[in-house]
Amino acid sequence: MTDGPGPAVRDPGLQPERTRLAWRRTTLSASVAAVLAVKTALHGGLSAAGIIACALCCGLWLGFLRVAHHRIRALAAGGPPPALAPRLATAAVLCAMALALCAAVLVV
Amino acid sequence: MSEFVRNIRLWFAPEQVRDEGGTPDYRFSLANERTFLAWLRTALALIGGGFAVDQFLPDLRWAWRVGLALALLGAGVLCSLRAVNHWVRCERAIRRGEDLPASRFPALLSLVVAVVAVVMVVVVLVGWEG
Repeated sequence: MTDGPGPAVRDPGLQPERTRLAWRRTTLSASVAAVLAVKTALHGGLSAAGIIACALCCGLWLGFLRVAHHRIRALAAGGPPPALAPRLATAAVLCAMALALCAAVLVV
Repeated sequence: MSEFVRNIRLWFAPEQVRDEGGTPDYRFSLANERTFLAWLRTALALIGGGFAVDQFLPDLRWAWRVGLALALLGAGVLCSLRAVNHWVRCERAIRRGEDLPASRFPALLSLVVAVVAVVMVVVVLVGWEG
């Protein structure tokens, strides 16, 4: 563990890789939710409110993508990765909650 | 209640979590992170389900459609809040070398999902023409 980053210190349990793939899966789930959100927002034809909701959902998706990308890069850097910062976890959760809020407004 | 407020403060403050106890084996932290992500995926799936009810059951009466969608969306919000809260609590317990926190949330969530599913089947079969 003192050789520095590289294949020499690779974890035999592939923990960083598994965590990276978990972030990828979560990004995929967020993408599906965002696609459904855009479909709902643009369902009743083009309207100003629909376009605003659509842009908001796309922005939330991009925000989630940014958080995931940040974390994936940290995990892929090699060596024992740093622990997840609570700020990143909270940002990801806030994106999901804001998407749910958009959904509630669109559905009602 | 004050314990909950303290947890919320920890959501935003990495240095405070790091102040607690010793630094654990990074594999424990990563396993905790994957559990957090699994809960977040569950939350996103519930939110997607809320959208899907609204989109793919258009013949349902308005009240039923909105009620089912809001139930799923509410479950999604609760699930994501619980994901980050449980992650912080587990991270702290790992650092302090304590037992992991027990939770009745999984049982609660499965009951809610089961009830929503049964209601959906009944409503779709009985009230299709709205």
